Amino acid sequence: MSEPGARRDTSEAAAELLAFLRRRISGDYEIDEFGFDPEFHDRVMIELLRPLYRHWFRVETLGMANVPADSGALVVANHSGTLPLDALMLQVALHDEADRAVRLLGAHLVYQLPVLGHLARKGGHTLACPEDADRLLRKGELVGVFPEGFKGIGKPFSERYRLQRFGRGGFVTSAIRAGVPIIPCSIVGAEEIYPKIGDMPMLARMLGLPYLPITPFFPWLGLFGLVPLPSKWLIEFGEPIRTDEYDTEDADDPAVVFELTDHIRETMQQRLNELRVRRGLAFSGIF
Amino acid sequence: MTHNVLVTGVSRHIGRRVASALAADPDVDRVIGVDTVPPSSPSREDDAPPLGRTEFVRVDLRSPDVARVISAADVDTVVHLSLVSGPAKSRSAVKEHNVIGTMQLLAACQRSETVRRVVVRSTTAVYGSSPNAPAVFSEDTEPAEASHHGYEKDAVEVEASVRGFARRRPDVVTTTLRFAALMGPGVDSPLTRYFARPVLPTVFGFDPRLQFVHEDDAVEVLARVAREDHPGVFNVAADGVLLLSQCARRAGRPVLPVPSPALRFLGFSSEQLAFLTHGRVVDAARLAVELGHRPKYDTAAAFDDFLAVRR
Repeated sequence: MSEPGARRDTSEAAAELLAFLRRRISGDYEIDEFGFDPEFHDRVMIELLRPLYRHWFRVETLGMANVPADSGALVVANHSGTLPLDALMLQVALHDEADRAVRLLGAHLVYQLPVLGHLARKGGHTLACPEDADRLLRKGELVGVFPEGFKGIGKPFSERYRLQRFGRGGFVTSAIRAGVPIIPCSIVGAEEIYPKIGDMPMLARMLGLPYLPITPFFPWLGLFGLVPLPSKWLIEFGEPIRTDEYDTEDADDPAVVFELTDHIRETMQQRLNELRVRRGLAFSGIF
Repeated sequence: MTHNVLVTGVSRHIGRRVASALAADPDVDRVIGVDTVPPSSPSREDDAPPLGRTEFVRVDLRSPDVARVISAADVDTVVHLSLVSGPAKSRSAVKEHNVIGTMQLLAACQRSETVRRVVVRSTTAVYGSSPNAPAVFSEDTEPAEASHHGYEKDAVEVEASVRGFARRRPDVVTTTLRFAALMGPGVDSPLTRYFARPVLPTVFGFDPRLQFVHEDDAVEVLARVAREDHPGVFNVAADGVLLLSQCARRAGRPVLPVPSPALRFLGFSSEQLAFLTHGRVVDAARLAVELGHRPKYDTAAAFDDFLAVRR
C-alpha cells in the first residue's frame, strides 16, 4: 500500500474512533428492548474476547453452514468449565464466522449480580424464561441455550463430557411454538479450563452461589487461579432438527417434548464423544 | 347520543389536559371534572391548558359524594385518572386516596344506570421491577414476585377492583390503561424530579432499561378511549428503550453510582430503588393494533422533549 493511502486509512480510523466515542459520551446510540447494544457488542466485547478465542483456546469451528444466515433458530449447547467462558466463545464464533449475534438465555443469578447482569444485557443476552425465548425467536433472532444449566457447568472434572439432565425441555417447547430449527452444538475444550476437583458448599451457600470450586490453582493462587488453562477447543454445529413439522399444540404435549429433548441429548452426547477423540489431548500443542 | 364525561384527578396535569381535550370536542355534551383540590389558576401555571367548558366539582373520592355527581349529570363515561404516586401527603393518605377512592367511584358506577364506559388509568408498575422477570412485559405476564411496595401495590389493588367491577357489570365497557413513566414538558413525577437533580445517584453495577410515554400521546390515547369502545387491558408506552446512563448523558448530568442501601438512605422508596436497579420495558403492540395508531414520540424523543424545557 502506498504512503498517502496508509495515512488516509489512519485518519479515517481516527475519525471513526472519535465518532464512536462521541456517540458513547452523548448517549446517542440505540439498544433494543432487551438492552442489546450492538455497537458495544461488536466493537468492545468481541474485540476483547477475540484474542482469547484465537490465541488462547485456538477455537476451531465445524458445521457453521448449519447456522441459518438471517432467520430464527435455537442453538442448544453443552455447558462446562466452572465459569461460562463457553458461552462467550460461542458468542465470538457465531459473530466472527456466521455474522450473527447469538442471544443467550442465562440464569437468574447473572441478572441479580451487579455489573455482570448489565454486561450480559449489553451483549444481547437475557433471562432464561419462556416469555423472552418466545419473543426473541418470533423476531427471527438466533437464540442460544444451555439446558444443563448449573448441573453442567458446575460438574466435577471426573464427569467431563458427560451430559447432565436437560431441565424440563422448555427450550423444545419454545422452538416448536416458534417453528424454528434446533441446532445441536457440541463444545469440546471448555471442560479442561478450570478442572473442578472439589467444592466449598458451605461458603458457596453463604455467598448465595450455586457452587464454589476448588481447582488445582484456585483458591490456592488467588486471582491467578482464575486464569483459564489453555486447552484446545472445537465447536461443532450439528444438523438442524426441524420443528415446523409439529403442530403448535405439540408444544404443550409433554410426551412430544420429552422425546425430542432425549433425541437432542443423545445426538449431542454422541457428537461430543467423537469430537473428543478427534481433538486428542487437550494441551498437546503446548506441553 | 349524548356524551356526559366525568374526569377524576382533573386538578393534576394529565387530568386537566384530558378534560380540556374532551371539552374541545363538539360531540361531547358535558365534561365534569372532579378532584379533591380545585385546579390551580391559569396565572400560576402558564402552560396549563384552559379547562374550557369543563365544570369543576370538588369531591373527595373517598366519600360516596361522587355517586350524586354521576346521577345528577347523567354521566355515561367515567375517566378515572386520579391514581397518584406522589409523596404529597402521608403514605396512608395516598393509599386511601388511590384504593378507597377507586372503590367508591366504581361502587357509584355499578349502581348507575347511565354509565356505560369506564376508563381507568393504571401503570406498568403493576409488573414490578425484578431480575427474575421477563425482559419485556406483555399484558398477560404474571408479575414474578407479588408486589409489596406502596404505589405498585396500590395500582395492583386498583386493578383488582376494576376487574371485579367489569365482572359484575359486563354491559359496561371497561378499559384499563397501564402507562409507562410519563415524560414531557409539563409532567411532574418522582422520575422527572429525579432527572432534575444536579447529580443523579444510580445503583452501582446496574444500568436499568427505561421506557417512557410522552404526555401528548398519553392524552391522545385517553381522549380516544373515552369516546370509543376498547374493552380490555392495554399497555401504553413509547417505542424504543433508553438506559439510565443514556438518559443521564443526554441530560448532561453526572451520575454517582452508589451501593443500593445508600440510595435508600437518600430517601428512595423500595419500589423506586427496584426500578432504578432493574428498570422495566413493556410491549405496547396490543394497543397499537386496537387503535391502529402508534405513539408520535418514541422514548428518546419524549425524553428530549422533556429536556428541551428543563435546560
